[in-house]
Amino acid sequence: MTITTSGATRPVGGGRRATAARTAKFVVLFLVAAVFLLPMYVLLVTSFKPFEEATASAAWLLPRNWSLEAWTVAWRELAPGLWNSVKLVVPSAVISAVLGSMNGYVLAKWRFPYADVVFTLFLFGMFIPYQAVMIPLQQLMISANLMGGLFPVILAHVVYGIPICTLIFRNYYASVPDGLIEAARVDGCGMLRTYASVILPISAPAFAVTLIWQVTQAWNDFLFAVFLTGPNSWPVTVQLNNVAGAMTVAYNQQMAAAILASLPTIVIYLILGRYFMRGLMAGSLKG
Amino acid sequence: MKRARAWLPGLLLVSPSILLIGVFVYGLIGWNFRLALSDQHNPIDDGDFVGFANFVALWQEARWPAAVGNAVVFTVVFVGGALVMGWLLALLLDKGIKGESTLRTIYLAPMAVSFIATGVVWRWLMNPAPADRATGLNALFVNLNLDFLVNSWWTAPNFGMAAMALPAIWQLSGYIMALFLAGFRGVSEDLREAARVDGCSEWQVYWHVVMPQLRPVTLSAVIILGHMSLKVFDLIIAIAGKQIVADVPAVYMWDMVFEVRDPAKGATIAAYMLIAVAAFVIPYLVWSMRKERSEGRA
Repeated sequence: MTITTSGATRPVGGGRRATAARTAKFVVLFLVAAVFLLPMYVLLVTSFKPFEEATASAAWLLPRNWSLEAWTVAWRELAPGLWNSVKLVVPSAVISAVLGSMNGYVLAKWRFPYADVVFTLFLFGMFIPYQAVMIPLQQLMISANLMGGLFPVILAHVVYGIPICTLIFRNYYASVPDGLIEAARVDGCGMLRTYASVILPISAPAFAVTLIWQVTQAWNDFLFAVFLTGPNSWPVTVQLNNVAGAMTVAYNQQMAAAILASLPTIVIYLILGRYFMRGLMAGSLKG
Repeated sequence: MKRARAWLPGLLLVSPSILLIGVFVYGLIGWNFRLALSDQHNPIDDGDFVGFANFVALWQEARWPAAVGNAVVFTVVFVGGALVMGWLLALLLDKGIKGESTLRTIYLAPMAVSFIATGVVWRWLMNPAPADRATGLNALFVNLNLDFLVNSWWTAPNFGMAAMALPAIWQLSGYIMALFLAGFRGVSEDLREAARVDGCSEWQVYWHVVMPQLRPVTLSAVIILGHMSLKVFDLIIAIAGKQIVADVPAVYMWDMVFEVRDPAKGATIAAYMLIAVAAFVIPYLVWSMRKERSEGRA
């Protein structure tokens, strides 16, 4: 639509120049896309090479003999980590999304004195470097005798996920007409009743956004995991780092492991890209 | 003020989160500062209050100023690079182009991947081995007869951190593109049309009409990139391990906590990191809250 409007106002004779400009634009965009895909190309071709072929000199070439050998090894190495990641990601995402939904509802529609201050204090939690809470968090977990399992990481992801979840839900609920809440109130609904029968049924898109965001964050996290988990509860990022850090591991296995560890979030991104995008935009504080 | 019966239930519903944030954000930050102000230099002893001694002592070491310098180089290149790249891509996509959604998918895809996985491939791409046994990008340059481009990447002593910022730019510029694209498309077509009627060229329309409206988006982008940059950790660990040449505050802190086992020093580094982020995030949060309130949304 934009193109036709501007085309209509363009002076006669500009047509060829416009076509040239459009071609140049496309070439630049295409080249950038190619550069962006370069690392993915390397990952893919290397992961399908047998051990002997995964050498530096042949690295840019396609595999001569396609092989699943590296994938088998990577799967064996990472399987426990993948399972741990699933076990920590699901509760982290669900709990923080639920808390975010309740907070967002109150902060948008059922405000209490100084709600703005509370909201701003919440938001700051989104930006803090987690290093600033790591040592005390670890000490706290040790003295509470909770270290060793997945609980400390889940707790960390829930707590530090509250700010962004609250932000997403608050912005989402802000667009719900106040009249809807008023009507429920007139009908005698209290706060919780209004939440359950008016707000929750229309919350699915916001839940999709927060769940995707939280799943991606928790899945890709390394810092909390490495501080707060032991070898038995290492999630996939920590295991990948260990696998890749070992000098003896061949390139093909490292690359296959990297793909394997990224597959779940990539799949989410490709299938639910629209919601993924909205989560990204919410991160910029814009409603 | 409304009667308490009207707002109390709301406050109660938010109270679990207030409690969690109060304890695990503000409580632990306070605890961290208390540790940083003490002389607890091993995990067993109790520490005494020593004021800002640790904060001063850090600057007298060789390693800390170097780590800060690295973080500054990384931040400048990363934030600048991702902004320019994201802005350029959004500008080129703004008018719509064939295959736009595919291109956007490609630019954004790296966002879905962890820094650790990114590190695996970029460590190989940016392998610093010289031309005769080059791997990764250096090997590509040799094959294409672009030998002058062969370089030592992140292992270069002074500006190696600029190379280290490349994977971060790769990962984040799609995100910045998305922010700018939304910004570009948020500028009403009427406004652009009005400028065209007044005789503005397409370029002038961008420069005088569209760009000024992008300031809030640019600010958001700088805040997001900046706070990520100051705490960069996973990427460095995945590419360089713990080599001094790529030292940054987060890696230094890691060493102090887990290798040297000096809680007070680790807490001091963490405190500096928090102060650096807070210095620009707090004004930003206050500003955006005020703005929102004056626009009557709150």
